[in-house]
Amino acid sequence: MAEQHPNNWMAYRDGGTGASNDLALDPAARQGAEQRQAPLQEKICLDVRGVSLFYGEKQALNDISLSIPQNRVTAFIGPSGCGKSTLLRCFNRMNDLIDDVAVTGEIRLNGQEIHDQSVDVAQLRRLVGMVFQRPNPFPKSIYDNVAYGLRLQRGMPRSEIDDRVEWGLKSAALWEEVNDRLKDSALELSGGQQQRLVIARAIAVEPEVLLLDEPASALDPISTLKIEELIHQLKNDYTIVIVTHNMHQAARVSDYTAFLYLGELIEHDDTDTIFTTPSRQQTEDYITGRYG
Amino acid sequence: MPDEATINSPPDPTMHQGSLPANARKEGWWRSGAPWIWLNATAVGIGVAAVAGLLGLIAARGLAHFWPADVAVLSLADGTVVIGELVDTEYTDPSSFAQAGQQGAKPIERWLVKTGNRRLNGPDFRWVPAESVVDRTFPGDVVVFERTEWGNAYGRIAAIYENGALVANGIQAWEEVQPRLKRVVELREDVTATRATTIDPVNYKLERLRLEKRRHVLEGSPEAPGIAQEERVLETTYQDAEARLRTLSRAMQRDSVEVVIMDGRTFIQPLSDVIRIWQPNAMSTYEKLLHYMKSLGVFLAGEPREANTEGGIFPAIFGTVMMVLLMAIIVAPLGVVAAVYLREYARQGPLVRLIRIAVNNLAGVPSIVYGVFGLGFFVYLVGGTIDDLFFPEAQPAPTFGTPGLIWASLTLALLTMPVVIVSTEEGLTRIPRAIREGSLALGATKAETLFRLVLPVASPSILTGIILAVARAAGEVAPLMLVGVVKLAPALPVDAIPPFIHLERKFMHLGFHIYDVGFQSPNVEAARPLVYATALLLIFIVIVLNLAAITLRSRLESRYEIAEA
Repeated sequence: MAEQHPNNWMAYRDGGTGASNDLALDPAARQGAEQRQAPLQEKICLDVRGVSLFYGEKQALNDISLSIPQNRVTAFIGPSGCGKSTLLRCFNRMNDLIDDVAVTGEIRLNGQEIHDQSVDVAQLRRLVGMVFQRPNPFPKSIYDNVAYGLRLQRGMPRSEIDDRVEWGLKSAALWEEVNDRLKDSALELSGGQQQRLVIARAIAVEPEVLLLDEPASALDPISTLKIEELIHQLKNDYTIVIVTHNMHQAARVSDYTAFLYLGELIEHDDTDTIFTTPSRQQTEDYITGRYG
Repeated sequence: MPDEATINSPPDPTMHQGSLPANARKEGWWRSGAPWIWLNATAVGIGVAAVAGLLGLIAARGLAHFWPADVAVLSLADGTVVIGELVDTEYTDPSSFAQAGQQGAKPIERWLVKTGNRRLNGPDFRWVPAESVVDRTFPGDVVVFERTEWGNAYGRIAAIYENGALVANGIQAWEEVQPRLKRVVELREDVTATRATTIDPVNYKLERLRLEKRRHVLEGSPEAPGIAQEERVLETTYQDAEARLRTLSRAMQRDSVEVVIMDGRTFIQPLSDVIRIWQPNAMSTYEKLLHYMKSLGVFLAGEPREANTEGGIFPAIFGTVMMVLLMAIIVAPLGVVAAVYLREYARQGPLVRLIRIAVNNLAGVPSIVYGVFGLGFFVYLVGGTIDDLFFPEAQPAPTFGTPGLIWASLTLALLTMPVVIVSTEEGLTRIPRAIREGSLALGATKAETLFRLVLPVASPSILTGIILAVARAAGEVAPLMLVGVVKLAPALPVDAIPPFIHLERKFMHLGFHIYDVGFQSPNVEAARPLVYATALLLIFIVIVLNLAAITLRSRLESRYEIAEA
């Protein structure tokens, strides 16, 4: 536990994942990765291989394969209903909560298949934090919101919870605004503050990956700007996957961008490449606003 | 400039006359919705007036009973004298008295007089026609005796005797009687205390020893050696207490009062049967107020006497509150767990829908049906089985296989469970999916989400269910008559005898008390004010229980308010 203390969190991360599987070097893992994949000189955090998803009879994702590099921001773009949120929710198995959902294919988190029998879903979700489209703070105090995930880890001393709450709020750039009213209800915060509180809540449990599902779509422009600045800071410590409708946002915050259309992965590349010289006509059409 | 003049000039009143239909105003009023608003307001007004009237009537009738009313001495035209409290005035249509020969056009005014002295006069209430009263006085020396038997007595104190010898008479008698009455009251308290601390526990222990002996006989095992010895010790204790009671009783018999009643007859009233005496006509308002508070205190804290028509109703208050609390303790977890399963875990389908409909309909089943079920299932089956398994030595006398507090609480818990289930489910449904997903996304399991987030947030709704359940249970009488309520319980369900809480005991209940006093009492006139007083108290208790729960709920609500999505 001591190594995971916020103050030497970086050391823990480097030590813990330094020897992780760099899939770019592994020909077996590269199998099935297609030419449209992002360049894989990066360390891979999430590796998706041939994932298809069905809601009952209806297929929502069709044979998706992509690699999400560590400590980078990957954006999923595409028109409504293209499956980008569904794909995001595969990474922490939130789709398990919906009846009649079937997932095939492999998703590896640092080399570990997340659908494996031995994987504890709760533990997976602790490692893969998620922030939703609408801010969803719990109807509790600001402090209790951030401490919620920490209290799930039994036996954490109160002082450590205090430290981590403070650290989480600081990481989410919210500490200055709320440090004098931690006992107030979280519902009294503004929409943008609530969304940063939810991010603080997700960070406090020290995940490896942060999934952001259109985190700024319900917010005003200033709050959106703050969230984007926050994403910039957070990518030093976390692997971030963000779903967004807003192509400017994708261009601003992400290092890599994946374009999905009708449940298919059309293109996945550097953000710069995608937005300047996309290799697929569909991508270009979408980005230039011909449809979507 | 001309424009300005036009603007400032008042509008021409005749301008629109031609364009509006003649009945425009009236129709406008109708179409404005005002009649509808008035209708609603009237309905609310009627409702408020009905509730206020109900509470007002009950409060006025019930609370007036404890006021020490003046005692009137009425001289009637035929020469008789009536002493008593004026209780009521009534105007009667004379035609209903036609056969009595009282023909007349005017309604007859008549007074209801509480004359007391039941032992000498028969009925202690009497109707006196107002016109037959020649003289009405309120002499200061009229004394009211509150007695343990035979109701109140009204008269004058003629003399006081100690062991049959005259001690005082005339004016001194009133001075003399007070300290002597105080002595008797103290002795009576001593008797009660001796019963409670010695006789009852010894009886209880003797019964336990008898049962133990019988168990040894049933099991064929040799009797434990200490039993006979212990029995002898208890027997001795019992004899001592009995002797003490006899002494106290003799001491109480020492003094007696000679009372002159209205028609000049006298009788000897032993002080041992007197609880309180007062001279209402000589009392100041302040003294009357003190007397009133004392009477109210006795009503709330005392034991009932005289077939429940006198004394207090404490056992009924205690029984009601305990039964309701026990019911709440049983129904809350059961209802919440059932609702959580139905809403959170069960796969929503036709079967769950069917169960939900069935639960909703259970709330509409007449309560007496629950009583019958409680008697058949809880009392005879469950209670009988417990008796067979754990109390064979007491057979054929039942221990749990007879109506009692625990069975009444269980029956009412069953009766109120649908309410708790429905409102808990409502609370669970109101919690947004986004919040639950937020918890799960932090690595909480479904159970952790339930206990740390969902149930706390739903707690106001759960409390709403419990509030409704308590209100319903406190007012229920019919099923209780089958599963545990009695007219007069020999002991409270909680006392100093281990195991202190006796859930198998029968108990008294305010609702049943109202029914019993009002409709099963031999002395209706005496009981009627008690019906009002008890009803008022029942309402008061329900309000207090509800207020407590509502306070708790509003506190929880402010803590766990859900943002309206």
